[in-house]
Amino acid sequence: MNFQRVFSLARKDLKKMIREPATLFLIILFPVILTLAFGAAFGAIGGSQQTTYQVGVVNMDSTGPYQQWSQHFIGNLTDTEILAIQDYLSNETAQADLAQGKVQAVLLIPSNFGQSCNSFLMAPANPSLWVNTTVQLYLDSGSMFATQAIPPIIQQVLTTTLYGSQQISVPKPIQIGSPSLVEASKLTAFDYMAPGIFAYAAIFLTMTVAQSLTTDRENGLLRRINTTPTTPSEFMTSQAISNMIAALIQVALVFAMAFIVGYRPKGDVVSLALAFVIMSIFALCNVGFGLITATITKSPGAATGLSFVFILPQMLLGTFVGAALSPSAQVVARFVPSYYATDALTSLFLRGAPPSSTTILLDLSVVSICSIVVMLMGIVLFRKYGKT
Amino acid sequence: MVVDRSPLTQNTIKEAVIVLDNLVKRFEDITAVDGLSLKVEKGELFGLLGPNGAGKTTTINVLCGLLEPTSGSVSVGGHDVQKEPRKVKELIGVCPQDTATYPYLTGRENVELFGNLHAMSKEKLKKNADELLARMELLKDANRRLGKYSGGMKRRVNLIMALIHDPEIAFLDEPTVGMDPQSRRAVWEFIKELKKQGKTIILTTHYMEEAEELCDRVGIIDYGKLIALGAPEYLKTKFKAKNLEEVFIQLTGRRIREGL
Repeated sequence: MNFQRVFSLARKDLKKMIREPATLFLIILFPVILTLAFGAAFGAIGGSQQTTYQVGVVNMDSTGPYQQWSQHFIGNLTDTEILAIQDYLSNETAQADLAQGKVQAVLLIPSNFGQSCNSFLMAPANPSLWVNTTVQLYLDSGSMFATQAIPPIIQQVLTTTLYGSQQISVPKPIQIGSPSLVEASKLTAFDYMAPGIFAYAAIFLTMTVAQSLTTDRENGLLRRINTTPTTPSEFMTSQAISNMIAALIQVALVFAMAFIVGYRPKGDVVSLALAFVIMSIFALCNVGFGLITATITKSPGAATGLSFVFILPQMLLGTFVGAALSPSAQVVARFVPSYYATDALTSLFLRGAPPSSTTILLDLSVVSICSIVVMLMGIVLFRKYGKT
Repeated sequence: MVVDRSPLTQNTIKEAVIVLDNLVKRFEDITAVDGLSLKVEKGELFGLLGPNGAGKTTTINVLCGLLEPTSGSVSVGGHDVQKEPRKVKELIGVCPQDTATYPYLTGRENVELFGNLHAMSKEKLKKNADELLARMELLKDANRRLGKYSGGMKRRVNLIMALIHDPEIAFLDEPTVGMDPQSRRAVWEFIKELKKQGKTIILTTHYMEEAEELCDRVGIIDYGKLIALGAPEYLKTKFKAKNLEEVFIQLTGRRIREGL
């Protein structure tokens, strides 16, 4: 492989990102605007001006032998200060208020909630002895902010209620800490969303790669490069390098913007460095999707449209929006690479997990495998059908 | 087929650097090139002429390794294009028919990119770029983005990109199309200089005066077949024509006459 060729092609692509207004917007300005907009909408900007969401809670486990668990859970929800909790005696009344917009969400705590928590406490390493149950969440579909902000907050509080705030730093065996240690009160809704925004920006690389390649193909530039000694592997490596650099710039910009609007994630420099690594690997996956899109489509316009086949599922299922979806959609989300990239960043920045924790390593592995598979598929398809 | 019996015929070529042997290229049910056999001598400036759709660009694309022949063989610089495409690509420079440049790069950046793709040294690349940009009167505008260039300037950059690495063999596919007469003359002079440097050039063109002015020999193809081959003077004498355009019309005019 001749790196003079690789770097000159990568440099050319980076110049395109900076010099072409449409590409500049997608790669650089879009993540900046997105971060600032979400920062303003979800409470990171303005410090004390914190957004509050009205959440109705129907506790069907208020009289059982393990009722203290549901009380802790509700107490932890209240302590977040983002959620204003209203107690309801019946689901019907709560649903009626939700329909009228008096509350933005209703949480139904099942009668075996405490029993389930207790079964976990008694046998944390033996899932066969656990009593499984489901906390139902109903959201005001008319409130976009509520549907996006509330589910991750509740998910986080539920996790902390079960495990306590110290669990992440102790790899094994899992310790169940005191529910009273919840520290979510200092977080804003933006803190729950920020990891998704990092992935959100990189997802659009699919579109820029597809547009760029179809434009170059339409203008005869791919054929022209093919008359030089440049090999397909050199060309593809240049694509990977330039887009990984773009992803790193995006992460740096999103982080800088988020920091400016008040975002203070957990984790240290190593965590931040790992976030950059995860996102640059995730970028490769989107380069692969871009290559597949460019293979299938004949023109830049068609490439833009078709790229949304890959962009939308990743956006809606794999980033912060995914948490607002139905349980079945959340199962589907497990097949979307952005889900694991977002989850890894959530563990690093929100849960304060160390870079060596099992969750992060698992997420990193899934993102890496997905990226390699998608990129290889993209390369094979583009080489065979996409160059002319 | 009309074949030249004057000097530099197929039989008198001493060192052929481009050899097409019964080349056939089909696209589904269309035969673009139909049994084309041809030899081009080292240092020769060979004109490939023919009406639109005659198979000129397809032939160039096969020679560059962009298209695989349906049958027959093609060698460039002593290397089989199918078996040793990389060796061929190291020898050739290709100026495509349609301008293929990056509008967001400057003129110089476009040229230097292709120099880098041919792995030129930094010093040699700068020297060649300066010389060629100056020769094409583009030095003053070299650092402007190509998207802001006029059509003629873009075509000149298109040509420089093909020649930046000083190739032994150049394929120039209608390099002067769309240029004003002054620019065209300048490019002609430049192509003559390339010939003087000993480069082998295959030139396709629709401008018969261009072929007459520049080419040692021309091959006229129609419907993918070679229908005449020889020096412009020989063909003019043979067909009792005042110029090459008359020869061309006599040989290929049936399309117009027959309304094809």
